This record gives sequence, structure tokens and C-alpha cells, in this order.
Amino acid sequence: MSEQTTDPTTTPAARMGAGTDESLGRATGFSLDVERRSIVDALRDYVGRLRTGEPGALPSVLGLIVLGLIFSQVSDRFISLANIGNLPGQGAYIAIIGLGLVFVLLLGEIDLSAGTTGGICAGAAAQALNQNGLRHGIPGAGALYWVLIVAMLGAIVLGLYLKAVTGPVVVAIGVVITLTGLDQHEFFAIVLAVSIGAAVGIFVGWMVASVGIPSFIVTLALFLAWQGLLLFLLNSQPIGVNGYPFWYSLAHENMSPLWSWVFTIVVAGGYLLYTVGKAWRAQSKGLAGDSLQLAAVRGLILLVGAVVITALANQNRNTNPYKVIDGLPWALTVPIALMIVCTIALNKTTWGRHLFATGGNAEAARRAGIDVTHIKVTAFTIGSSFGALGGVFLASNTGGAQLDLGSGNILLFAVAAAVIGGTSLFGGRGRPLAAVIGALVIVIIPNGIGLRPSLPASYQNLITGAVLLVAAAVDALSRRRSAGR
Amino acid sequence: MATPILEVRGLNKSFGPVHVLHDVDLTVHAGQVTALVGDNGAGKSTLVKCIAGINGIDSGEVRFQGEPVTIADPRDAAKLGIEFVYQDLALADNLDITQNMFLGREIRRFGFMADGEMERKARETLTGLSVRTVSSVRQKVANLSGGQRQTVAIAKAVLWNSKVVFLDEPTAALGVAQTRQVLDLVRRLADQGLGVVLISHNMNDVMEVADRVAALYLGRVAADVETRTSSVTQIVELITSGRSGDIGLASATANESI
Repeated sequence: MSEQTTDPTTTPAARMGAGTDESLGRATGFSLDVERRSIVDALRDYVGRLRTGEPGALPSVLGLIVLGLIFSQVSDRFISLANIGNLPGQGAYIAIIGLGLVFVLLLGEIDLSAGTTGGICAGAAAQALNQNGLRHGIPGAGALYWVLIVAMLGAIVLGLYLKAVTGPVVVAIGVVITLTGLDQHEFFAIVLAVSIGAAVGIFVGWMVASVGIPSFIVTLALFLAWQGLLLFLLNSQPIGVNGYPFWYSLAHENMSPLWSWVFTIVVAGGYLLYTVGKAWRAQSKGLAGDSLQLAAVRGLILLVGAVVITALANQNRNTNPYKVIDGLPWALTVPIALMIVCTIALNKTTWGRHLFATGGNAEAARRAGIDVTHIKVTAFTIGSSFGALGGVFLASNTGGAQLDLGSGNILLFAVAAAVIGGTSLFGGRGRPLAAVIGALVIVIIPNGIGLRPSLPASYQNLITGAVLLVAAAVDALSRRRSAGR
Repeated sequence: MATPILEVRGLNKSFGPVHVLHDVDLTVHAGQVTALVGDNGAGKSTLVKCIAGINGIDSGEVRFQGEPVTIADPRDAAKLGIEFVYQDLALADNLDITQNMFLGREIRRFGFMADGEMERKARETLTGLSVRTVSSVRQKVANLSGGQRQTVAIAKAVLWNSKVVFLDEPTAALGVAQTRQVLDLVRRLADQGLGVVLISHNMNDVMEVADRVAALYLGRVAADVETRTSSVTQIVELITSGRSGDIGLASATANESI
């Protein structure tokens, strides 16, 4: 930079300061900003980041490879199109609940109730379909419908009072749907499920951010309470959803090969254009950024990978000759689309920036004029709404709303997915991609074990636990290294 | 001399029965570093909080560029162009320098953040302050040294064309070289025409960069002197006993208990 050489302020003091920094091996005067990062630099940077406590997605990707190698030895069927095509349907609910949890975890909070919230929301939707609209009453619990309506109206008021807008609007849509009886149609019943989730999230956010109860306690209480509520909602009788084609299709059906290609080209091609465009803009405007070469290589790798996956997915993977199964599973494309939306919301909007800041240093955020309460309420609202959608995918995968829908390990799997993917439980660090890759790691374990009947299912939790522990250990070790520098 | 950019006259503040500030006068001139010194409990922090609008004032007047103003809220102070850099910096470790400097005041285009523009402005601001110890404005704050963090906090405060900056013990936790960087920066702020108030316990720092020293003693301004014409001994006496030779509080006032 020319400022450096022509700068008149070369007082002894300034020279001393600069000299110290050079002796520390640090470049001065934004030298890193004007240099383009080449591929070699990027690799070196990446190694540096690993060493300084940002392992990112590395543990999860390594875990995927290791587990994939192990299970390919366990069963020949593991690396088959039919089996791999099943993975998204089995794991979508973990990915979706995990995506919502990322927002909560970024704040350093936890939502233990996301799973059982998904249970009651999917349960309510199933009951709505079963009753041709929830307004015809919930069998065995006549007043419960009106309790639900009042609670949702209360959540709208509470949300508006906390200066949230989107959450209350989603809840209001749900209220309108159920009062008009639209929830006898599958799609609207699922929207109702999400809006009940949003109502729960507003309530949780209020309890945590305004009342000041630790999120662990609030959501632990709801984790328990919702398991009871679900029994009331279902009148203690499971409701199957396989008979509802749209709901069934979520975890079982695929996009047509043509639309699969459209999806792949739009997503991967869009990413290539975005990353190359960003590098080009950075170069032309003198901003910090990657070299065009690096951006292009990164984007092309993703595009090639996506094209290969789509080409494989578009082959018939059914071993039964009477039915063709091809195309990308909805259970893959929906989480990916949601992940992209979440990533944009977190990285490109002021709300996302404020969320990161609140998670990193709530006091700094408050002093910068950020409404920390609002940020927390919106994060919990997203967490519970995604939990509701996750519950819908779970019910689709398991065939119905069981009496224990969403309870048990489900929430913990979602937390594990986010953590394995590199999200910190202490807040401020993580990304939506983590939840999706982590979910893949989690779901591969029961899948692989299930392929060899002689292998007892008891291995499943044992291996899942070990993987989580290894991922957390990598995170903690790199963290300690970064703190100790 | 020209109208002071910030002037406090006859400020009184009590917390219940405790009279913390007695008729405090403080003037801050543009282009000067005014050091605010005093022992622990002398009222420095309270005075700053009163000016920031965090604490209300009981009586007295605050004038900004000659006009009387009421600052009821930290945002009022920010609107006038008065910024405060507190001791605990208030930076988010997980964000980079640019993101921290624009935190809460992000520039937006079509609803999305204009990262490039913010980055450019952050770099311009740091360049304008002749900061040369930062290799990239895209570095995470977690990876910065204490001096660099202080630099970022100060740059954040002056990013918005502020006119007066209060720095609360900016060198308290820093090593020798880093203290040097920050003091240079403090001096440059004043040279660029800002009014700088430096709160410090370190007399060497004060004598080096400050133009004037306001010494608080038990809630009263003991003296407002020029550093050119005073010595460290004199200022230490003002801090510890409220008077030094023929300047400072009258001995009766100085010995009065509060």
C-alpha cells in the first residue's frame, strides 16, 4: 500500500511499534487484505484454522469417511444406490431439527424440547387430518382445541410484545388455517404443525430472555410436558400417516429426474456463480477475498460432486423390477434448501450478524444497541418451528404419529449432529451446514448396523456415543490450543 | 481559546445520601487530550456515566459545542457524536474486525448487508488513524493482541465521525510496545481534531499524551492544569490530597468529609 511508504508519521515511537510487530512475524498495514488467497494459501489457512480452534466440518467429514469404510466392510449392500438413497429419508428429521438448533446453540443456549415439540406438532397435524380438521375436536379431550387456540393467540400477543413479527405472523396463519378448517388438507395441516412450533418457540424465548429462566430448565420442563400433551392430542392412539400421499412422500418419495437436475444446477451452479462473482468483486474493489482461481476450483468441485450424485440418483435404484425409484429424495433437497436459507439469514442479514454477536459477547451486543431479548426470542422461535417440521419428517419416516413421537434420543441426536458438524455449545460458533453433515454421520450408524442382522442393535448407541465424544474432544482440544496461544 | 466542544458546569450527583460529585466542571477542547485523573472512588466513572447518560444528573449543565444538551440515554450521546470506549472493550470475539466496528450499525443494501462497503470503510478508518499493526480487517478479534483489540475498540468509536471520545484506562492491561501503539493512536485522534478524554491511573501516560489534566479529589475537581506547566509530583499531590502548593482545593474544602 502506498500509504505505508509515504506515511509521514515515522516517529521513533511508531517505528518501534511497527518493529515489534514485524519481529512477531506479523504482516502490517492490511497486507493480507490486498493479497489474493490462492489455493496454496487457502490450504495453509485451513491448516492454520484447524490448529487454532476452528475445526469446522473436518471432524464430521472424517467421521463420514471412516464410518463409510467400516460399514462397507460390514455389508456389501451399504455402498449400494438403494441403501444410500434411503439415508436422507432416515436422517432428514435429524438434519431439520439440528438446523433449528444451530440458531439456539449459536446463542450458547439449548433447546431440549425441540424433539417433543416436533412430536406434538406432528401429532396435532395427524389428528387434524384424522378428524377432517382439528376444529371438529380432539377425541377424548374436548376443551383441548380451544386451549390450543387461546395459547396460539397468546403467543401472537407475546411475540408482538417482544417486537418479533415473523413468528407471530406464522402463528396467525396457523390459527386462520385451523379455524377455517383448511387443516383437513395435508399441506395446510403441516403448515399448522410449523405454526404451533413457532408458538411454542415464542413462549420458550420469552421464558428464557424476559423471565430469565435458564433455557436448559425451561426446555427440559417442556420436553417432559409435551410427552404428556402428545397423549392427549392423539387420544392415546397412534395415527398412521402413510395414507396421506403428500406427508408420506416427504421421507419416501423423490423428485423427478428432470427436477433433480434443475435443483442441482440451480444450487451448485448458483454457488459457483456466487463464489466466483464474490471473488471477482473483491478483486476489482480491492477487498479481502479469495483468488478467482480458488473460488472457481471450490465451486467446480461442488458442482462436479453434485452432478455425480444427481446422475447416480437419477438411475433406477430399485432392486424390484416392477417399480422405478429414481431422482433426488425430497428428504435430501428439503433440508439442503432450508440449510441455504438459514445460511443466507445468518451471514447476509443484520439479524444473523446480531445473533452471532449476541452468542459471542451478549454485553457487547447490548452496548452496540442490539435488542438481545428480541434476538433470543427469534432464535427459539426458529428452533421450535424447525423442530415441528422435523417432527413431521420423523412421522413420515416412521409411518405415523406414535405415542412417543419425538421423545427419547431424537433431540440428542440433533444436538449431536450440530456438534459433530462443528457447532459450539458455548455459543458464537457454528453454521447450518454443520447440522446437515452431522445428521448424515448420525444416520449412517443405525443404517450400517441394520444391514447385518447378526450385529446387535446395541452397537448403535455405543458407536454414536463414541463418535460424538471424538467430535467433542477434537473441538475441545482445538479450543484449548487456541486459548493457550 | 475557542468554545470548548464539550463543557460540564456545576454538575452534582448523589446516590442516596452519598454526594458523589460536587459542582464538577470539566471542559474538553477539540484537538486536545484531556486527562481525567483521580484516586479510586474520586468519581471519575460516575462523571463519565453521567455524561454518557447512563446515570442521571441532579443539577448542573452539559454543553456540547456551546449549546446546552440533555443526554438521557447512551444513544443520545452517540447521536451528538460522543463515544465511549470502556475498559472491557465490548468486542465480540467471534466476529472479525470489520464486523465488530459496524456492530449494530451495519450498512445495508436491498435488505442484505453490504460487507464490501463496510470492509472498505473499516480499512479507511484504520488507515486514517495510521494504524499499521493490523494485517487484515477480516481477522477475528479473538486472534488479536490486547493492543490491537484496544485499537479496534477506539477505531469503532471514531468510525461515525464522532467529535468527543472518552477512553477508560485504555492502556491498563497492555505491555510496553502495545501501550505505545495505543498512546500514539490517542494522540493522533486529538491531532485529527477530536476532543479526547483519557481516564488513566498511569501518570507517565498522562504526562506524555495529555494537553490538560483534570484531577478529581473526593468528587470535586481539585484542579484543571496544563501538563506543560505541571509535574508528575504536582498531579500526584492533587490526586492524593486535593491540593499542591497554591493550586487545588482550599484546605478546608479538601479536608471536608463527604
